[in-house]
Amino acid sequence: MNTTWLSLSVNRPKIVLCIGFLLIFVAAFGAKNLYFRGDYKVFFEEDNPQRLAFESMQAHFSKNDGVSIIIAPHSGKVFSVQTLSLIQELTEAAEQTPYSSRIDSLSNFQHTWAEEDDMIVEDLVEDASTLLPGDLDKIQKIALQEPNLLHRLISPKGDVAVINISVNLPDGDQTPEVIKITDSVMAMTDKFKANYPEHDFYHTGVVLMNYSFFSFASNDFESIVPLMFLTIILIMWILLKTLSGTLATLLIIITSIAATMGVGGWFGMFLSTATVNVPTMVMTLAVADCIHIISSMLFGMRAGKNKKEALLYSLDLNKMPIFITSATTSIGFLTLNFAEVPILADLGNLTAVGVLFACLFSLTILPALIMLLPIKVKAQAPNSRDLGHIERFGEWVIRHHKRILPFTLIITVLAVVFSFKNNLDDVPTDYFHESTQFRQATEFQEQHVSGMTSMDFAIYTGEDSGVNQPHNLKVIEDFSIWLRQQPEIDHVSTVTDTYKRLNKNMHADDLSYYKLPNDRETAAQFMLLYEMSLPYGLDLNNHLDMKKSATRIMTMVKNMGSKELVELELRAQTWFSQNAPNLQLSAASPGLMFAHISEINMASMLKGTVVALLLISGLLIFALKSFKLGAISLLPNLLPACIGFGIWGIYSGQVNLGLSIVLSMTLGIIVDDTVHFLSKYRHARINGCDAQESVRYAFASVGRALWITTLVLATGFSILMLSPFALNSEMGMLTGIIILVALAVDFLFLPPFLMVFDKKTKQE
Amino acid sequence: MKLAHSMIHKLPKLGFKLFITTIMFVITLGLAHGQTAQEKGLAIAKERKARDLGWGDSVAEMSMILRNANGDEAERKMRMKSLEIKDDGDKGLTIFDQPLDVKGTAFLNFSHALKPDDQWMYLPKLSKVKRIRSKNKSGPFMGSEFSYEDMSSFELEKFKFKYLKDDKFEGQNCFVIEQVPTDKNSGYSKQLVWVDKKHYRALKVEFYDRKNSFLKELLNLEFELYLDKYWRPMRVEMFNEQTSKSTDLVTHSIEFKTGLNDNDFNQGSLKNLR
Repeated sequence: MNTTWLSLSVNRPKIVLCIGFLLIFVAAFGAKNLYFRGDYKVFFEEDNPQRLAFESMQAHFSKNDGVSIIIAPHSGKVFSVQTLSLIQELTEAAEQTPYSSRIDSLSNFQHTWAEEDDMIVEDLVEDASTLLPGDLDKIQKIALQEPNLLHRLISPKGDVAVINISVNLPDGDQTPEVIKITDSVMAMTDKFKANYPEHDFYHTGVVLMNYSFFSFASNDFESIVPLMFLTIILIMWILLKTLSGTLATLLIIITSIAATMGVGGWFGMFLSTATVNVPTMVMTLAVADCIHIISSMLFGMRAGKNKKEALLYSLDLNKMPIFITSATTSIGFLTLNFAEVPILADLGNLTAVGVLFACLFSLTILPALIMLLPIKVKAQAPNSRDLGHIERFGEWVIRHHKRILPFTLIITVLAVVFSFKNNLDDVPTDYFHESTQFRQATEFQEQHVSGMTSMDFAIYTGEDSGVNQPHNLKVIEDFSIWLRQQPEIDHVSTVTDTYKRLNKNMHADDLSYYKLPNDRETAAQFMLLYEMSLPYGLDLNNHLDMKKSATRIMTMVKNMGSKELVELELRAQTWFSQNAPNLQLSAASPGLMFAHISEINMASMLKGTVVALLLISGLLIFALKSFKLGAISLLPNLLPACIGFGIWGIYSGQVNLGLSIVLSMTLGIIVDDTVHFLSKYRHARINGCDAQESVRYAFASVGRALWITTLVLATGFSILMLSPFALNSEMGMLTGIIILVALAVDFLFLPPFLMVFDKKTKQE
Repeated sequence: MKLAHSMIHKLPKLGFKLFITTIMFVITLGLAHGQTAQEKGLAIAKERKARDLGWGDSVAEMSMILRNANGDEAERKMRMKSLEIKDDGDKGLTIFDQPLDVKGTAFLNFSHALKPDDQWMYLPKLSKVKRIRSKNKSGPFMGSEFSYEDMSSFELEKFKFKYLKDDKFEGQNCFVIEQVPTDKNSGYSKQLVWVDKKHYRALKVEFYDRKNSFLKELLNLEFELYLDKYWRPMRVEMFNEQTSKSTDLVTHSIEFKTGLNDNDFNQGSLKNLR
């Protein structure tokens, strides 16, 4: 980069600002095109097998995701006049839920029974207020023996009941619909809570989970994220002791983010759960760039230079490292294009652009602003005995470098060992702190009735009416039985139970006929009769497709991690291919898709970032024009993540989707620390210093800036720990840890390493 | 109410009753200025009913073509026998021919305006007639987008009517009538019916579900005139707006006044079908 070009900012600040802000405004204006997409499709390529399975299932069967309302009477007795009345009324009221397509509850369960040659089809609970104790006992007996109800709509103890509202959501971003549905359901249960105060109500289900994700994310975005930015600004002001410099930095952060998001808008990108992190990532490097320039300038002014001289000095000193950091980080982020997940590519590309904007603005807009803003620093007489804290710390490291080095090795080994303790696993319900209503609701449901996660299996026979074939029915039943034996599965809803019940009903409720029909015609005719007698909204399309050629078995699974869910799916596929090789099985559900998303995302993200760090070290060989320094840079590039995840392995060991993004979040800072330290070191070496003197020079010239950057960002990210949303609080914590570790590595481990392994090159 | 079958079954009364009704209708129209929307709606519905009285009985061969959101199709074939009943809903007998595994299954139904219908089903494999006792009328008919409710005869007692506006549909001048079902087990909060002013035929119906969201749209197409008086659509298309599934009900042939009577519509007759 050309210094005369850069000096334009110092000499003609107003012109630079005018042109700069004009261009920024044009770029940022593209943000008007941005929109948010929260739907699952953004995570998958169009030919992704999970996506295809899910979409095929949605085309053949009715959608079955929605809201569950859990009703817990204080009396512990669901089978009472009062609670059954509540369930009946609430079931009816629930039909008013926006987008609802089906309501399932204890009361509208279609109870079928026989009276000679009559088949009676009726709601299990009718006119609840007139029920006598004998009726209640009868209903209880039926409900607790009914495989379709037990562990799904009624707890085995009869103390908790569930009402399921299935919804039919349009394609695309479903956030507005999800909010509408949740608001409606909440308002409805509030009303019932007032009329039936002796009951507790809880809400779970996929819609509620999406709502919770959205509302916690946006709450954090409105309260904790601004607090984080405020903290960063405040700490920067305290440490840099210059209000003008802090305000100028703030402006660079804002303009870098605005221009980046604007460019995204111009290119037709959309926001997603991945790309919403772009502003934070851009912010970290904007902060680092600005602090380097400002602290070098302040150093110059304290040494007696005037503002202009000090600024030019600072630009001259920092332009290369800032450029190298930005360029290599940017290239690093571009490697996310190799990830299998489309939105991670967006995240990488947008951050790459943002990092370059931050670089450009901090080298042009920032100096121009500083020229116009008042900054006064007293010149201090240089006093060699009056070393700063950082320099004294540097001296300590230099003195003890031989003793520190073994520690480095031990800690590195330990970190690697402990980082393997981490388990890549995503438990969606664990994203919410135990204090949140949603988490309490899912735990209550799991404790009393079933997990909240659903997993659906579709069996395709490939022939019209094929489900009615006895040999296929047998497979479906055997598979259902196998599913019921799996410890992770709480409930299985299968059409074979309906066939068996109908067979019994058709033979005057003779229990010995509670078995599958013997032939295809019998099965088909029973099902036709049943289908003709069902009420509004309770059709067979949840179990059978239009041609009766495919059936869907719906299971409720414990609230477990992505790994176990994917593993359960695999086990089911294995059983099926061994026992029914000529039928086709597919598994799908939002939970399962999310599990696959997480698995793919986490792996792509972590691998991608590690590859990026390796690549950056490779690039540094050229940027620093030294093979040795490039190789040594592997240490400060990789070790922070290693130690950070090692600490995490000891602290928690659970790495979820949110945490897999942390490494990308800290990538810029890790590289910034490395590049600035090594380039100053290199500068001294070229000018003839030995390793020890060069380390001392690096500490003196860049130590303070790195220290301030680290403190500012680590404090900022630790603010995120206040969030009840684990996605954010854990991300804040681990990001903070890695940023601190990155500095520790650069200050403690890198210098001894250089002093031992970079001895001989003095004469080169 | 509704169309498809409503067009196929129909009411009693001929001659005198028809005369009286027509006179009343003319008078009603004369008073149109002072009419409320409810009165006008009812008057139009009465005229629609009146124009379709006296068809007696019919035998039709039909197909249902079911389509899911993917566009996959499945065909169901059936024969429908209908008998017009005075002062009550009609009687209907449906014999299923396809899919093959339900061939010969027959469904007998006495429709009633205000109480649950009487329903029986003959299951050939079991050689038994089963009576179905259920209040449900709104379930799907053979897995199609037609509910059972949509297939039964149009009776004035089943709805509260309200005239909404005049409109054009496919170039024909229409009344738009709102019909609110009186049965609380109905699957609908309301229906909007486009009735053409010339022949009082329902050309289009919009169905709204219990939460008052647009659910289905029905089109009666390819009208043919029978016995110089009775219009029947040879193709009825039902499209579900919420699921994008659809069903076409196609009449291949229909005959009137075939001499059917009450004896052809009882449990005994169910067993003796071909």
